[in-house]
Amino acid sequence: MTAPLLSVKNLTIDYIGETDDFRAVDNVSFDVAPGEVFGLAGESGCGKSTIAFAISRLHKPPALIRKESAILLDGRNVLDLDQKGLADFRWREVAMVFQSAMNSLNPVLRIEQQFYDVLKTHKGMRRAAARDRTAEMLRLVDISPDRMRDYPHQFSGGMRQRIVIAICLALDPRLIVMDEPTTALDVVVQREILQRINELRRKLGFAVLFITHDLGLMVQFCDRIGIMLGGKLVEQGSADAIYRTPEHDYTKKLWASFPSLHGGVLR
Amino acid sequence: MKTSSFPLIHNRKAMVGALIVAFILAVAIAAPLLTSYDPGARVGRPHQSPSLEHWLGTTRIGQDVFARLVYGARTSLAVGFGAGLLITIVGTALGIIAGYRGGKIDEVISFFTNMVLVVPNLPLLLVLAAFIGQASPWVIALILGCTSWAWGARVTRAETLSVKQKDYVKSAEMMGEPRWRIMTFEIFPNLISIVGINFIGSVIFAIITQATLEFLGLGDPKVVSWGTMLYGAQKASALSVGAWWDILTPCFALAFLGIGLSLLNFAVDEIANPRLRTGNRLGRWQSLIRSGEGRL
Amino acid sequence: MTSTSAPILTLDKVSKTFGNGPGAVRAARAISFSLHAGRALAVVGESGSGKTTCARIAMREYEPSEGRLLYKGKPVDKAGAKEIADYRRSVQMIFQDPFASLNPAHTIAYHLKRPLMLHRPELKGAAVAEEIKALLRQVKLDPDMIAPRYPHELSGGQRQRVNIARALAAKPEVIVADEPTSMLDVSVRLGVLNLLSEMKQEMNLGLLYITHDIATARYVAEDIAVMYAGQIVEWGNTGKVIDNPAHPYTRLLLSAVPDPDIRFDDPNAQVSATEADETRRRSAADQATIREIEPDHFVRTA
Repeated sequence: MTAPLLSVKNLTIDYIGETDDFRAVDNVSFDVAPGEVFGLAGESGCGKSTIAFAISRLHKPPALIRKESAILLDGRNVLDLDQKGLADFRWREVAMVFQSAMNSLNPVLRIEQQFYDVLKTHKGMRRAAARDRTAEMLRLVDISPDRMRDYPHQFSGGMRQRIVIAICLALDPRLIVMDEPTTALDVVVQREILQRINELRRKLGFAVLFITHDLGLMVQFCDRIGIMLGGKLVEQGSADAIYRTPEHDYTKKLWASFPSLHGGVLR
Repeated sequence: MKTSSFPLIHNRKAMVGALIVAFILAVAIAAPLLTSYDPGARVGRPHQSPSLEHWLGTTRIGQDVFARLVYGARTSLAVGFGAGLLITIVGTALGIIAGYRGGKIDEVISFFTNMVLVVPNLPLLLVLAAFIGQASPWVIALILGCTSWAWGARVTRAETLSVKQKDYVKSAEMMGEPRWRIMTFEIFPNLISIVGINFIGSVIFAIITQATLEFLGLGDPKVVSWGTMLYGAQKASALSVGAWWDILTPCFALAFLGIGLSLLNFAVDEIANPRLRTGNRLGRWQSLIRSGEGRL
Repeated sequence: MTSTSAPILTLDKVSKTFGNGPGAVRAARAISFSLHAGRALAVVGESGSGKTTCARIAMREYEPSEGRLLYKGKPVDKAGAKEIADYRRSVQMIFQDPFASLNPAHTIAYHLKRPLMLHRPELKGAAVAEEIKALLRQVKLDPDMIAPRYPHELSGGQRQRVNIARALAAKPEVIVADEPTSMLDVSVRLGVLNLLSEMKQEMNLGLLYITHDIATARYVAEDIAVMYAGQIVEWGNTGKVIDNPAHPYTRLLLSAVPDPDIRFDDPNAQVSATEADETRRRSAADQATIREIEPDHFVRTA
């Protein structure tokens, strides 16, 4: 395996209470190779979103990342970045797409303007160049570039989510963290978006950290998968291994929780 | 974190506030045990300064200030809580009915609410009190109750509109629960914090307003209350003759009660909106950051 | 849907339009289906397909704009007060959000006591407490532990079981469950669905199961109706519809269901966005012609 793009080492995160702490993430380590899709699966409260937040350094008190933790991107510890380094890092190296990302578009600005704001701040692009880039990115996510003068409310939820993804891709990040990016969307739209992202990562070479509770979907999309339970990474392996030869009881139990389209449950 | 059924006990503001109010209440109830003087009678020479005989001195006409203070607490508390209760009952009932029933009923109630809301309160009270002339505390409480419910009604209506959308209300409707039961048993218990804030706020308002009206001479001067104490002291030019005890005693009493009730109100507010909570909840987090145990 | 028994609840060419003029939304168009004792019907569709509108019409929360709602063969809109009360008892609902559907101010026992008081006035005193315990046991919760608790002390799965118990308290004939598991953790979903299926069998209930998840529909329901843009485009025996889909929209929906056996990189598994848009556009038009594909399997076409 090539040198990992992202390397999470001994990540431990506590939520500090008045008298005692809640351990949300417990000594989690995993690597994501360049261009790889790594999935984190688990139920609500298992710590998967807490990890996503830590990678983007989005945590607020009372969250506390314990000192032995390290999050290395290309060998550089993300946890050591200062405010300025962080601003640069967040868009150019790592982009985030959340479940409610489609609601993060500014409702009073045209799509074009929202692309321009990002491109100007992070790449110092001028109007004309930014417009070309916007058209290119919209085409990538199957939205007609002549709609860039429209406002967010003129698009459906799935289209807005694709626009957010296009904005994220516009800066050529090397890693995209996707936390339940399609959970609020219908299955057909979900499939369209994820399939498109899969094509794009083959083409552009970015890596994806994909977080969802839907194991079936995860196996379709991911190269490797980690299963989380109560803050711990209980099993990790190739998507095929997690599907066909799960080892941990919890992984087996999760599989047995999904009804199959062909009758019975998936496993 | 454990949730307690009595969150007020764990809130320091609430505890201090409750202690203050309870203390004043105890004083009012125990008034005859605390002083042997008749608060209305002339029991000494005019404007005596505080002494062992008269702990807080005497008034211009020789009444004992301490006796007036403890007996006056009864009136002020009774009017405050009486009017506060009336204001809260009317406001809550109208707010829930308007919010839950909607349509024509809402329009009518909202119309009256807005009308009462735009009429300036104190001038109206002044006019009413002047019209009645030397109003007794109970009349003042009644007037306050009838003119001050609008704010509570509005807030309660707004909150009812959001609670009404909840599935548990829909479920009760589908089950065939009668409307009155939905309003009193499904919606009302979820408005408790708003009703509590409304009640305490109304009590503070009623106590201050009653004192104001009496201070301005619109109350019955024969009644012993903190407002008439202020009125008497003002009329006797207590400050200019140096009888500070005569005027400062009711002032401090009112302020003390006001502080107690306000602390309770903040506490209820904090419990209803956890975001308002302050204090050293992040203390441990900060010390862990400082000691290098971790970072963000 | 074929069944030998007489239907309990029937929607007969029901339409529901919101607003009027050019901005009107046709949320349901000529919807017809029946619920039979001991059988489950799954209504499957995306958000905005009209499936929840169907549930609300069945719950009499909405009046149909056109068409009739029949209860045991009689139109409900002409019913008297007694029949309405009977309907309220007979048709119970389970809500989607287990956090919002129980009143935070009341104990679980209270939530179960109310329907008993309202719909089974013959129960008095100790019999009510006994029945509450029996109901909780029926949904596999420990009565002594759960009854005195408040909703916030329970997990999502437990709350949804309480919701089921509350629906059962009225001794209903039909249960309408609107996405009853979509807000639960995956590992407790099947438990709740299994419970619904058991109750359906044991108490001979008609179950209307509203969902966006076609795989759970197969797991729960004998019959299925696939909705798009306010119309039922295909319906019949669940196995037949899923294994042999006839309507382009049903095929599209099935092709997008997460399936660990098909990887996105597989060239045969691609869902084309342009084709999907075209299918949606065509399926939104009126599908007036009904065709029988095989026994107990029907499709509508334009």
